[in-house]
Amino acid sequence: MGAGHHQLYRPGDSAVHLLPPQCKLLAVLTFAIVVVATPKEAFWAFGLYALLLAAVAGAAAIKPAFVLRRMVIEVPFVLFAVAIPIIGMGERTEVLGLSLSVAGLWAAWNILAKATLGVIASILLAATTEPRLILLGAERLRLPSTLVQIAMFMLRYLDVIVEEMRRMRVARESRGFVARDIRQVPVIARSAGALFIRSYERGERVHLAMLSRGYTGSMPVTRDLRASGAQWALALSLPVLALTVLGASW
Amino acid sequence: MHVPDGFFDVAVSVSTGAVAAAGVAVCLRGAKRELDDRTAPMAGLVAAFIFAVQMLNFPVTGGTSGHLLGGALAAILVGPYTAVLCMATVLLVQGFFFADGGLTALGVNITLMGIVTVLVGWGVFRLIAARSRRSIVIAAFLGALVSVPVSALSFTLLFWIGGTAPIEIGTVAMAMGGVHVLIGLGEGLITAVTVSTVLATRPDLVYGARGLTRRLVLRDADGVAIEVAPEESAPVRSSRPFLVGGVGVTLILAGIVSFFASSSPDGLESVGAEKGFLDQATAHPLGSWALSDYGAVGGIPVGIAGVIGVGITLLVAGSIGYAARRSAAVKTEVGA
Repeated sequence: MGAGHHQLYRPGDSAVHLLPPQCKLLAVLTFAIVVVATPKEAFWAFGLYALLLAAVAGAAAIKPAFVLRRMVIEVPFVLFAVAIPIIGMGERTEVLGLSLSVAGLWAAWNILAKATLGVIASILLAATTEPRLILLGAERLRLPSTLVQIAMFMLRYLDVIVEEMRRMRVARESRGFVARDIRQVPVIARSAGALFIRSYERGERVHLAMLSRGYTGSMPVTRDLRASGAQWALALSLPVLALTVLGASW
Repeated sequence: MHVPDGFFDVAVSVSTGAVAAAGVAVCLRGAKRELDDRTAPMAGLVAAFIFAVQMLNFPVTGGTSGHLLGGALAAILVGPYTAVLCMATVLLVQGFFFADGGLTALGVNITLMGIVTVLVGWGVFRLIAARSRRSIVIAAFLGALVSVPVSALSFTLLFWIGGTAPIEIGTVAMAMGGVHVLIGLGEGLITAVTVSTVLATRPDLVYGARGLTRRLVLRDADGVAIEVAPEESAPVRSSRPFLVGGVGVTLILAGIVSFFASSSPDGLESVGAEKGFLDQATAHPLGSWALSDYGAVGGIPVGIAGVIGVGITLLVAGSIGYAARRSAAVKTEVGA
């Protein structure tokens, strides 16, 4: 989570990169819903979904190593999924000398497969679309514009705030601070308090600067984001193909 | 804590999505009252702050560490409406840009980590906080402390209704609750010290301590003191604390009641498991797979799960609708 958002975006000029953001957003969202709706017994369907995503990654020239590195985010839930067969109920079976719940094994497979496909789809979206464009696309999909603006400010100042916190951490540690147990919490909390005051005051300065430049409550959009029918068809071919697979698996 | 895709079935994903959307819509109106035209830049910066603070790991016990959720902290610092917006934005950005938390689980994530933590944290805080610095710090501690296990228990409850794994709700609730009481202690401590730090330097920035600001007293040449009336009109905040507190208490009750209600299906389940309940279920005339996918996880009848789900959804949706009506009545010109 420590990485700045610009590290997620891989610039390029492939067909996937050039699609309007709202098309890609809708495609990824419906793809995720189709994946979640797939019955867990349909192994081959998940394999086909993975192939679809691989085709998208290939078209966008995103290297598998990049996707794999970003998938670290999933690790805590992999651990949780591993625990389910052990604490699960019902009929049990022996695997490598461990007594595991059959239903729990199915559930673990279900969560791992769907979560992995969802994470890969999100990584591909973030890798092929500029962060600002994702938000403009979301606005075109009728996400309230205030929410979009909040997210834009957040993204714009995220690196500044995270950097500020990193400098505070360097300052703490260069004075010999190590967070060993609960007694060190007040030090961390005081940093958080200082960080809040700095963030809030920065927000006030940003707002005044915006007012002095004629801000009236909405940001101007300078880019034409209209999508043609062909672009919609290309983007939505991913969820439509997935839906066909889902239909065949029922 | 970020729930990925595949944890919940489609029904729960969609209904929590509706709850989250309604909650965010209400908060968009409410935040305009808390921050007027400064909503976008201020909430954006506060969201960035929450994102940064969530990366602060603090030691809990025995080598494990937790990180801050930040819902209660945000509610006390910037007010509940803005806090929900900030949490929702943080979760949206984490989902779309960092692949942290599934896109179909956004509704679950926003409901549990945004709405529940803020409502419970703020509700408990309002119940306890009085007009003194000490009481505000104590209230901040308790609000944050309660918000974490309630959020964890809500997760367990949702997982019981529409989760995709067979779990024994009693044991999981115990485990989740136990761990999260510890994490809640850390969250409460950090929240309390953070709030008291901000109170010491910029008390005007703490939304939960607005009652503390002393009135401006002007003395003229004869030494006569004149109190200047505060800018904000008092009646605006009369109904909101009650409403938010009420919803918070309801959620706590829901958590506790669900905990007690869990004991009888547990017994039923263990008996069912012993007697080969699973085989019987496959022979059920209504079609077992649809049943197992849509709520009858672990042998709980679909009806009970459904009624609980609908009840919770109605409760939350009803209170949100009530809040929307109130804010619409107060400010009629808000249209966007």
